[in-house]
Amino acid sequence: MPGANQLLNLHRLMPEAVLCLFGIVIMAIDPFVSAARKRALGWLAFAGTVVALLGVHVANHFPGPAYDNLISTDLFSVFVHVIVVVAAALAILGSIDYLDREGIQRGEYYALVLFAAAGMGILAGANELVTAFIGLEMSSISSYVLVGFRRRVAASNEASMKYFLLGSFATAFFLYGIAMVYGATGTTYIDKVQAALQNAAPVPALAILGLGLIFVGLGFKVVIAPFQVYGPDVYEGAPTPVTTLLASAPKAATFALMLRVFYVSFGGASEFWFWAVWISAVLTMFIGNLAALVQTNVKRMLAYSSIAHAGYILVAFAASTSLGIAAVLFYLAAYVLMKVGAFLVVTHLGQQGEKRLAIQDYAGLGTKQPVLAACFSLFLLSLLGLPATAGFLGKFFAFQSALDAHSVHGTAIIWLVVIAAINSVIGAYYYLHVIISMYFAEPSRDYAPTAVAPALSFAIFIAALGTLYLGILPSQALAFAQRAADSLTLR
Amino acid sequence: MVPPQPFLLSVVTFLPLLSVAALLFLRSDDHAWIRRIALAASLAEFAVSLLLLRGFDSAKVGYQFTEYHHWIGETIYYHLGVDGISLFLVLLTTFLTPVAILCSWESIRENVKGFFIALLVIETAMIGVFLSLDLFLFFVFWELTLIPMYFMIGMWGHERRIYATVKFILYTMFGSILMLVAILWLNGLSGTFDLDGIQQFLSGTTLPHTTELLLFGAFFLAFAIKVPLFPLHTWLPDAHTEAPTAGSVILAGVMLKLGTYGILRFCVPLFPRAASEMAPAIGVLAIIGIVYGALVATVQTDLKRLVAYTSVSHLGFVVLGIFAFHTTAIQGAIYQMLNHGVSTGALFLGVGMLYDRRHTHDIKQFGGLATPMPVLMSFFLFIALSSLALPPLNGFIGEFMILFGTYIRHHAWASWAASGAVLSAIYLLWAYQRVALGEITVEKNRTLPDASTRERIILVAMAVAILFMGVASPLFTRRMEASVDSVVARVIAVQNAPQAASIPCMGAKGTNTASADSPAALQTRGRE
Repeated sequence: MPGANQLLNLHRLMPEAVLCLFGIVIMAIDPFVSAARKRALGWLAFAGTVVALLGVHVANHFPGPAYDNLISTDLFSVFVHVIVVVAAALAILGSIDYLDREGIQRGEYYALVLFAAAGMGILAGANELVTAFIGLEMSSISSYVLVGFRRRVAASNEASMKYFLLGSFATAFFLYGIAMVYGATGTTYIDKVQAALQNAAPVPALAILGLGLIFVGLGFKVVIAPFQVYGPDVYEGAPTPVTTLLASAPKAATFALMLRVFYVSFGGASEFWFWAVWISAVLTMFIGNLAALVQTNVKRMLAYSSIAHAGYILVAFAASTSLGIAAVLFYLAAYVLMKVGAFLVVTHLGQQGEKRLAIQDYAGLGTKQPVLAACFSLFLLSLLGLPATAGFLGKFFAFQSALDAHSVHGTAIIWLVVIAAINSVIGAYYYLHVIISMYFAEPSRDYAPTAVAPALSFAIFIAALGTLYLGILPSQALAFAQRAADSLTLR
Repeated sequence: MVPPQPFLLSVVTFLPLLSVAALLFLRSDDHAWIRRIALAASLAEFAVSLLLLRGFDSAKVGYQFTEYHHWIGETIYYHLGVDGISLFLVLLTTFLTPVAILCSWESIRENVKGFFIALLVIETAMIGVFLSLDLFLFFVFWELTLIPMYFMIGMWGHERRIYATVKFILYTMFGSILMLVAILWLNGLSGTFDLDGIQQFLSGTTLPHTTELLLFGAFFLAFAIKVPLFPLHTWLPDAHTEAPTAGSVILAGVMLKLGTYGILRFCVPLFPRAASEMAPAIGVLAIIGIVYGALVATVQTDLKRLVAYTSVSHLGFVVLGIFAFHTTAIQGAIYQMLNHGVSTGALFLGVGMLYDRRHTHDIKQFGGLATPMPVLMSFFLFIALSSLALPPLNGFIGEFMILFGTYIRHHAWASWAASGAVLSAIYLLWAYQRVALGEITVEKNRTLPDASTRERIILVAMAVAILFMGVASPLFTRRMEASVDSVVARVIAVQNAPQAASIPCMGAKGTNTASADSPAALQTRGRE
């Protein structure tokens, strides 16, 4: 393809272009903005995400390959883009007042969020493994910095260091995996790997080894067992709005890449990865839920809960059918909304210096701030999987897709669903524990409720609305997820 | 001919939820108006639900007033309908809710708005459970009943409320999540969530034996926990004892029936083979529950716990009646569900009225109460008599029908169960004696006020219901008969099916699962 045409592909990469552009503009004008006005940069970044959503809309109108097929703008990519950009937008809304409160209001924060989101966008649309690697690095490196953004807090530094070191290892695993897949198939294009593997029966051992390493690398990024150890520390140490972002968007983007690699490249070799996913799912659910049971810190509890949720996503992932992809996508949308919502509420309740994070600190919130408590309960109940919330339908479709695949995988997958079901009851205990504290316990005396900042309220409101919408009227989102899934496999 | 009322069931289901929306607009310290609006809404709901009786055709088998709309995707529908089994359970719900609101009039002082909202949300959810004909919709309503009840016990309950409410919700969720898996599995097999569709699918094919047993087991476990069937009953005494009066009334009056209703609506008709295979075991558990519940109730020192254990015993009768697979017994079981709702609900109301005065449930703290409170205690006796099945009150009809039908099918079951009826006379009359008769042992009790006008209204309403159901039972059973017959027919058909009869039908359907497993299925039938 001649160079001039390359530029014409830009509309297929519109969301990333917009996000990067806004990020660069923020970096450029940051030195000229006085400290008192840095908030405005936050709003600029928010505007960037809104424009990026329009960019997603544009990209949606021009499906097809871009840049020598490095990027594939299909419905699947569009779906994940929407999740990522919305999560970033909500995280930014949650950050504006948080940064003021903590005295770390800086322009580069917002730029980093936008760059991270752009990286995740590339991750979601990548049709080539090295391109995916670039997206992964873009989002990871931005995240390392963001996690350590509370420079003067030891926990934040520790989290950043831990995340950086382990994250680099994971990235190296991923890269090794790519190299081996290339060695086995002679290509790094996701769809061409598929063709190469189809021609080469049996599947070369080198390719399987490469897939294993990719699984390790990406498994680290989506925080599934046995690569989850760092997760709670990082989530707890990071500034809460950053945790909001970390727990949501990168998971969606990385799961998207995992779907592409596993379903498209290695779709014909699902017998090789089914058991890895199965074991990882079981471990992830049990570790996440059992560890969450004993937490007293809400942020840490929510961190373990997101590990557990990655496990439920793996249940749908294990299905290895088109229905499974749709279920993963729907689950991701539901998960991001409720998780972002929950962390945003914690952003406010943590108060200055993130000191109020123990579950008993929230005692009596139900009477002190009924609306905030109601929203928090909604997110918690949705994470629990109560009907009429997004979380329930996420689990429902995940279990359904898994059971539907029992003709492929036999009773193993039925047991997986049963284990997942039992796990969601274990999960009920710790989510309800917070509700007990908020509503049933004696109100804590030392907390005078502070008003929720308008930007944050708006973000929480959007998340709550989305959680209910997906829970009660999921038809459209589900149909969208189904079409997105079809766009991936039927290529 | 009554004109068709296309939206009646939706109105019945969601009217309480609409009134919640109205309550949200009231200021939370405007207690008077919150109470009035909640009461008015629940009375309006009761009136609307009575319209069901007018249009109900008791000769018709199958569902009436049905509503059918697309909801999610291709397979999940918003499908409502009512038949002879669910009709009166809906009416029971709409009857007990205003009573529960009235009994909380003064005793609930904190967060009044939240309380009435919870109560009305529960009403919608429970009615939804009774009316849903789509398994997905059913499950949504089923789970929705939990959270408001969780709040109701946890926020307005007594000392050990948090322990009780967590126990309650974890028990029930454990059961229901496995039911969800079973629902999904059924969907995988039949391709639909619609009850009619699944019913048709299942009667046209023979599931592998273990599959049917597992599916039946998953459904039955969820319902048995809810009922609760011995030995899954341990959440119930705690939940009842710690719940506020209205919570106990709703819990005992309607929520336990969600379990027996589920058994009758799903377990038995969908899996008649597994049901009749498991019937002996379940019958034994039900009888243990009847006797055990009665014995434990006898030795309670806490009045509310005593009433709670009577539920274990009485619900044992209901389960026994269902698994006798005899039309009269099942009619009796449904009737007993209604009776239990009214009588035990009324017992809890009485206990609650005592609690409002003395703030204790300890029987030792009472004694000789008939002297200061003759009216309240007379009603208490009347209710106790109805609960212990004295003719011509309602309890007698239900228990008699159950025992009669069960006797025809299993002599031994009926004779064991009858001992429970005797025991109920012991514990209830003894409790009445200790509370109402004899000398006044605690000085404070001398000056207790008798029933207020509000309490009299409640008690009279309950007493009228008890008497009416005692003397006018044909009005009820007549409308149940067609639906019950169709359930019984399914089980009998399976039990009597000669081994060869189902083979052509299997062949016609030609599903590979059925034919692959047919030897096992045949073996099962052979054993029967």
